[in-house]
Amino acid sequence: MATTTTATATGPGQLSKEEILRYSRHLIMPEVGMDGQQKLKQAKVLTIGAGGLGSPLALYLAAAGVGRLGMVDFDVVDFTNLQRQIIHGTDDVGRLKLDSAKDTIRDINPNVEVVGYGERLTSANALEIFKDYDVIADGTDNFPTRYLVNDACVLLGKPNAYGSIFRFEGQISVFDASRGPCYRCLYPEPPPPGLVPSCAEGGVLGVLPGIVGCFQALETIKLILGNGSPLIGRLLLFDALQMKFRELKLRKNPECPICGTNPTIKELIDYEEFCGIRGEEAVSQIAVPELTATEVKKMMDEKKPFVLIDVREPHEYQICKIPGSKLIPLGEVARRMHELNSADEIVVHCRSGQRSAEAVEFLMKAGFGKIHNLKGGVLAWSDEVDPTMPKY
Amino acid sequence: MAVKVVIPTPLRQFAGKQDSIEISAGTVAEALSGLTNQYSELRRHLFTDEGKLRSFVNVYLNDEDIRYLENDQTPLKDNDVISIVPSIAGGRPAPSFCR
Repeated sequence: MATTTTATATGPGQLSKEEILRYSRHLIMPEVGMDGQQKLKQAKVLTIGAGGLGSPLALYLAAAGVGRLGMVDFDVVDFTNLQRQIIHGTDDVGRLKLDSAKDTIRDINPNVEVVGYGERLTSANALEIFKDYDVIADGTDNFPTRYLVNDACVLLGKPNAYGSIFRFEGQISVFDASRGPCYRCLYPEPPPPGLVPSCAEGGVLGVLPGIVGCFQALETIKLILGNGSPLIGRLLLFDALQMKFRELKLRKNPECPICGTNPTIKELIDYEEFCGIRGEEAVSQIAVPELTATEVKKMMDEKKPFVLIDVREPHEYQICKIPGSKLIPLGEVARRMHELNSADEIVVHCRSGQRSAEAVEFLMKAGFGKIHNLKGGVLAWSDEVDPTMPKY
Repeated sequence: MAVKVVIPTPLRQFAGKQDSIEISAGTVAEALSGLTNQYSELRRHLFTDEGKLRSFVNVYLNDEDIRYLENDQTPLKDNDVISIVPSIAGGRPAPSFCR
């Protein structure tokens, strides 16, 4: 298709000579062409999160020439992010992710207008932030925000390029309630926090969010171009270890509380409460007897007899361990309780002190009276006792 | 009928670390009960105390959600694939989830 656009940037969406050169590999393919590239330039995309999924999303959308890229993130870059959040570099550790992402995007494509929202996405600000954007790309890492993003998108009639990951498995879809199912049609309710995998079972292969985030970028671009078959009404499952893709059909649930025929949700709700987070925080602060790392070190130095139990996983034990500790992963505590003597003084620890608090609570119920939780786990040990102990 | 049940990553730890399990069953309900009899820890992750499938766990027969077939009474054919698909949130457990 011939186009008579001149090489000077004039009206909205017009490309400058520099942009024509920059996007030439798009312009010479008929599926994008000048029309498509101008659509991209006029498009406004909001990415939720500038982390594992947000990194490739923002990088590719910026490179592709999306006109305005909004990013919601209030977090700061830390060392554990760098394994997968490739929009940030080592020098960015300690900076706001938004600032770091803006610098990277400016380098990749200065034509992109980046709008940062350095705040937590809430029911109070979501509609106001979303309303100016054409596509929302959800790259968050928690259930309350997932449901908030979904509901805000449904209420405003915006499509959501969705991706989520766990370890080496990804789920990708496009939720657009005006044309198909929404996230609540798929999952009406989130898991209760107690059934969500713990730190020990967490972790993610760094490349996985790269792949899933790229799929989200691809779907976003297809939505903007109005080309191809978007993943509406389809859920793509990706198992990176087996290198297997599966596609499942998603259907619009007529009883969906937000996009069904008789919706009961007509405005944004309290998503923390909906996901049971408040209750979980109360539960997670299990009141068990505690000792600080400094106190435990003192007991060691004074050669007081006690047994130190580490309830982390074997692969965590390989990263670092407190000298003299015995490994009994949390999941094995009940089965291996007989290896412990309730007459002994026992100190239990994990990485941060939460799993060990659970173990202490369990063992106390089982009749262990002289038992303490090491407050703050190996993280506190590294801070208070042995600075050479690696943190993770 | 000999069918395969695909176990998602978060639940593999409760299913002997396997990614799929072959089972013989006539309906989806029979397949799931066979599975949870074999791996009892899976039960509370798949079902509520009342025995209802949890609302954040979807079950698919081949590429179709059983809610839009005959639910757990959906009959099985040889070589059918049942997928258990739980909701996953993101890159890492949020601090409030991280236990």
